[in-house]
Amino acid sequence: MGSFSLHASCLAKHNLPWSNGCSQNLNSLRIPALRGPGFLSRKASKILAFYGLKSPPYALDALEPYMSKRLLETHWGEHHHGYVEGLNKQLEKNDILYSYTLDELVKVTYNNGNPLPEFNNAAQVWNHDFFWESMQPGGGGMPELGLLQQIEKDFGSFTNFKEKFIEASLSLFGSGWVWLVLKRQEKRLEVVKTSNAVNPIAWDDIPLMSLDTWEHAYYQDYKHDRGKYVNAFMNHLVSWHVVTARIIRAEAFVNLGEPKIPVA
Amino acid sequence: MATSTPPAKLELRPPPYPLDALEPHMSQNTMSFHWGKHHRAYVDNLNKQIVGTELQGKSLEDVMIRTYNKGDLLPPFNNAAQVWNHDFFWDSMKPGGGGKPSGELLKAIERDFGSFEKFSEEFRSAAATQFGSGWAWLVYTVNPRPSDGKELLVLKTPNAVNPLVLGYTALLTIDVWEHAYYLDYQNRRPDYISIFMEKLVSWDAVSAKLEVAKSRVA
Repeated sequence: MGSFSLHASCLAKHNLPWSNGCSQNLNSLRIPALRGPGFLSRKASKILAFYGLKSPPYALDALEPYMSKRLLETHWGEHHHGYVEGLNKQLEKNDILYSYTLDELVKVTYNNGNPLPEFNNAAQVWNHDFFWESMQPGGGGMPELGLLQQIEKDFGSFTNFKEKFIEASLSLFGSGWVWLVLKRQEKRLEVVKTSNAVNPIAWDDIPLMSLDTWEHAYYQDYKHDRGKYVNAFMNHLVSWHVVTARIIRAEAFVNLGEPKIPVA
Repeated sequence: MATSTPPAKLELRPPPYPLDALEPHMSQNTMSFHWGKHHRAYVDNLNKQIVGTELQGKSLEDVMIRTYNKGDLLPPFNNAAQVWNHDFFWDSMKPGGGGKPSGELLKAIERDFGSFEKFSEEFRSAAATQFGSGWAWLVYTVNPRPSDGKELLVLKTPNAVNPLVLGYTALLTIDVWEHAYYLDYQNRRPDYISIFMEKLVSWDAVSAKLEVAKSRVA
């Protein structure tokens, strides 16, 4: 997290009518002049932190017909882009929050439940990066092997998990996100709902997959019918490959196996 | 004034104008989903939740305040408050609305905000900065009276919360849940808010509500 998409590939790939989302990254860099009087003695020009708009790992029309190109152009190109720009503007005026990775910035600005002004933008950038990566063209279906075993262990069955996830998505009131999370302390998978920009990394749990239930995530394609959207996500979009990779990585930090106590 | 007995089932009240009356500022398409699906679902779901309970047969306001439960929300609150909020929202608009208020209302706004422009600025800002889903309001408050003596305030509330349960009298509201503006304005919430102020807000309705509020106090 925190890397930025390359200017040229960003523009070419998406052929968007605006360009400042891609060139923003380069324009925000202020590099001190290499010549001129007092170069060596002059303090570095104003230090800026900035984050970039990361592209989804597929073309904007790749999730059709379950999530349209038009919706992705607005959701990624306007909302997600807006959070990045908003965050960078806030950070321009704040040199205390310099030099964090995006993960660190989210946790620091969450401030143990008393969020700083930058939190909403920082977390929403993180949340959207994570969400695009949680989906793939030709997604849906079922997880396999170790991941499936863990889901069956913690939910009883994949069907139970799916029902729980859908129920959480339908009952989340207002704007928010639904997550499949690995709880670090309890060493188990859970379905978690969060409001607005809140994100489980704030209390150090490990998200494996998310669904955006803000109305902007589905309104253009599904209008009020959040149920249809959630089912389309579960059946055709969620990338169990990505979730598998994430849980494998998580196992470097959380021991999910039984402790192996040698018998005397 | 005789009070009527509340019905056993709460009904979906239509807006005081046809669904296409607010075109082009708020499209018929938006109204058909916003009123026909969202508002209707809040009514239907609320009825389902309260049937067979002691809340059935009570007025909407009564249900709302009881289930607000001093901030420890009971399950029917979200639906009850959203029904109330949307009734109030349709009443806050009219075809050929916008412009400036007049008379007592304008005087009160100028007294408490300095000018109509300053009020408009504050109201628009509240609506634009309510993060996630919610509402922005102009409210009248006498009890408790704020220490600076102002009777009119701009508030913003999240999700279904409204000024009534917080002890204020609501005069005007704008819905800033995304479903209120997405079909017509997509992410451009500030444009939606501007159009609401310039073309939709019913100052007649707001004036009438202020009069009622003042007569209760007098």
